[in-house]
Amino acid sequence: MATKQSRVIVVGGGLAGLGAAVKSAELGVQVDLFSIVPVKRSHSVCAQGGINACNEIARQQGYSEYEHFDESIYGGDFLANQPPVYEMAHWAPRIIDLLDRMGVPFNRTKEGQRDLRLFGGSLYKRTHFAGATTGQQLIYAFDEQVRRFETEGKVTKYEHWEFLRPLIAADGTCCGIVAQDLRTMQVRAFRASAVVMATGGCGLVFGKSTNSVMCTGGAASRCYQHGAWYGNGEFIQVHPTAIPGHDKLRLMSESARGEGGRVWVPRRKGDHRDPRQIPDAERWYFLEEKYPKYGNIVPRDIATREIFDVCVNQGMGVGGQNQVYLDLTHLGREYMDRKLGGIVETYRKFVGEEPSEVPMRIFPGMHYSMGGLWTTYTAKPDHRGMVYGAPNNMMTNIPGLYAFGEVNYQFHGANRLGANALLSCIFDGIFSGASVVAWAKDHAVDAVPQQVYDDGVAAEQACMQSLAQGAGGENPYQIGKELGDEMTAAATVVKSEARLLQSRTKLAELRDRSHRMRLSDSGMWTNQNMSYARAVADMVILAQAIVEGSIERKESRGSHYRTDYPTRNDERFLKSTLAAYDPATGGCRISFEDVDTALVPPRVRTYGEVEAPAGAPTPKVAVPASPNAG
Amino acid sequence: MIASPNTTSANPVRTITVTIKRQNGPAEQPRWESFQVETQDNANLTSVLQSIAAHPVTTDGSATTPVVYDSGCLEEVCGSCAMVINGRVRPACSALIGQIVGENNTITIEPMGKFPVVRDLSVDRERMFAALRRVKAWVPIDGTYDLGAGPRETPDRQETRYVMSTCMSCGCCLEACPQYQKEADPQAWDTSFVGAAAINQARLFNMHATGATEKEARLEVLTGEGGVNDCGNAQNCVKVCPKEIPLTESIAAIGRDVTVHAVKKFFTGR
Repeated sequence: MATKQSRVIVVGGGLAGLGAAVKSAELGVQVDLFSIVPVKRSHSVCAQGGINACNEIARQQGYSEYEHFDESIYGGDFLANQPPVYEMAHWAPRIIDLLDRMGVPFNRTKEGQRDLRLFGGSLYKRTHFAGATTGQQLIYAFDEQVRRFETEGKVTKYEHWEFLRPLIAADGTCCGIVAQDLRTMQVRAFRASAVVMATGGCGLVFGKSTNSVMCTGGAASRCYQHGAWYGNGEFIQVHPTAIPGHDKLRLMSESARGEGGRVWVPRRKGDHRDPRQIPDAERWYFLEEKYPKYGNIVPRDIATREIFDVCVNQGMGVGGQNQVYLDLTHLGREYMDRKLGGIVETYRKFVGEEPSEVPMRIFPGMHYSMGGLWTTYTAKPDHRGMVYGAPNNMMTNIPGLYAFGEVNYQFHGANRLGANALLSCIFDGIFSGASVVAWAKDHAVDAVPQQVYDDGVAAEQACMQSLAQGAGGENPYQIGKELGDEMTAAATVVKSEARLLQSRTKLAELRDRSHRMRLSDSGMWTNQNMSYARAVADMVILAQAIVEGSIERKESRGSHYRTDYPTRNDERFLKSTLAAYDPATGGCRISFEDVDTALVPPRVRTYGEVEAPAGAPTPKVAVPASPNAG
Repeated sequence: MIASPNTTSANPVRTITVTIKRQNGPAEQPRWESFQVETQDNANLTSVLQSIAAHPVTTDGSATTPVVYDSGCLEEVCGSCAMVINGRVRPACSALIGQIVGENNTITIEPMGKFPVVRDLSVDRERMFAALRRVKAWVPIDGTYDLGAGPRETPDRQETRYVMSTCMSCGCCLEACPQYQKEADPQAWDTSFVGAAAINQARLFNMHATGATEKEARLEVLTGEGGVNDCGNAQNCVKVCPKEIPLTESIAAIGRDVTVHAVKKFFTGR
């Protein structure tokens, strides 16, 4: 029984935020839920392929929760702290059952059992799915439960509100937030016993990505600037298969390969024949040749580097361009529509071709941030999992401030396995939601003097005034574009010290220019220009943390590939990167912290790679010369 | 490094004129402004709105404020960007320039008319979410603790439910519906026509074994004022649904259920 009045703030209405709201409300704590967009429109809707969990069929073939855990650790190149991943893998089957009870229309077998598919990094079918819009179906299930709590008065939604800063009391604990109504532009402080950040990724830092337009990373940057550490920022997942577009890169789910899709290019450079006219023997299935065991379902970082190498370094891309075939034509239209409905429809709509007849053309695109706000946890004594309800699970270094979902740096290490993201979001909400409540019940919502809240509002209003009155010549959209070009060129598939040092200079310039922005709208009603400009300035600061981490990590691990340090160096870098903002200088201090590897000792990560056969040389990947290379 | 979209003969660069109905706020008078934008046939309308936001200068060369609009995923799965394009409601993200550009390279955009304008092309669709609360569009589970699997389901039934469950609350079906009228007052939302999207959700949850425990409560709402009987059978909803949800089938099914519910109520008195 709570003796103090408790209130939890959840920032972000994607799967992780909704999960946190459901768990907190269920445990009897009042929830205020903040989101820039109506929560049903959050970026979780874009997740396609599925959600991983051990299941009875896989179990009878020798798979187990432990195997799922081990795959995730190996897939993440041993950078993830192991107790949280162990716990997550063991909760996965229960989470599937919960989703099933919530009414998620998981695909079914003839008998009516939940159907399963193969996914990257595993040789067992352990991915549950609802068509190819699994994320949409899962977030809707949680959206519906939150709506139910809303009608019972247990959750209050603040949709079209943007998080501006965490509020921190004199004793260093988080005691609320400052947020802005994006319609009236009113700035207000809100009290809370605990605050959960569930604000997703930072795709817009890289310009075009598979992310939605609100995934700026702005909220994470604001927490970082107010003292929260940012962990493993340099680990950015570039998804091997995306459709390049004018406005974004549209994801072509890994499930396309899980269901049998094959990646290839013509064996002969300059072969411009219609792909349907090229016989099998004249096609180069380079992933299958190099990785006979896993083939097209090698993890994403590996597939991305191979496709990048084939196109950029060897010039073997289809039509001489940066694109390879993702071939599903052998599956048949009926099968594709049933198992991959959403994504084949996306391809038809946006490319105008029929993927059951003509192979799709795809190229890697920025997709996910393994890094995020640094968090801690309480491990069980034998490190096999976390202690349920321990108040510090997934808490940042600011007591009372939590990070759930993509903005949390846990679980995925140096590379996330496909279909583990939806799992980690829900797991954070359902498991660590109990930790938030434990903390909240011990911290009265009215304990902190009003001055802290008034000061926070005054500071944000001053920022807003200075933005509105900005008289410099800088266009925020231009800064955003240059930032995206720079980060994509220097800090995604391949990196090098020389190129990253150029970025350091470029980012300093962009940061300087971000102080001299002029808004094309200075009004105080639904001013999207102001919200974007404020985010751009924060995105540059987050980008600096990502680049500094990339410079200091002088090794290659998972998604972080350095041409000047092409191998993994466990002795020096089997460590989490920790970026701390220095308010005095505005700079970033990088330090390293040991990873908890108590359960699985690091081993070489090859995925059964064999030497490439003759005629298909694979030189090491080189750094592109300019932001526009390729 | 990340590929740029193709500039081929199939996707020529062209300069288009976009004419947009603008409105500074809910109580302001609308006005029209035109913008010239260089784009390509395989680009979508949201990319054109992005360039206008970056450089808000009208065709006659005068600086203006950026056009306000809602967008999210840009791949037609979040429902944010529905607007009236050349007189027809649809998501702007999947409206490719080559498919929508009219003669003389022109495109006209207006905000949806059935919802209050917030600013420019951005409208307030809160009433749609209120309608989901009204029809109890959820499965009433006991809680999030591990209680085993949900009900088993045939593939046929799953496929039927899945399509219904892809509704992204974009509002196209309501914009196109002659019976659905603009209603800015939330007090009136419980008695005004609930619309195709919410009726479809009621059917979706009635089809789920646990969701069906609220079936009679949903049917009671849909029997009453603003319920399924307000449908005039124009069938516009199903024609504009970007997800091709069989909305008229859902309306017909709920219509039958409501009749049964009413007869049962007449004889049992509850």
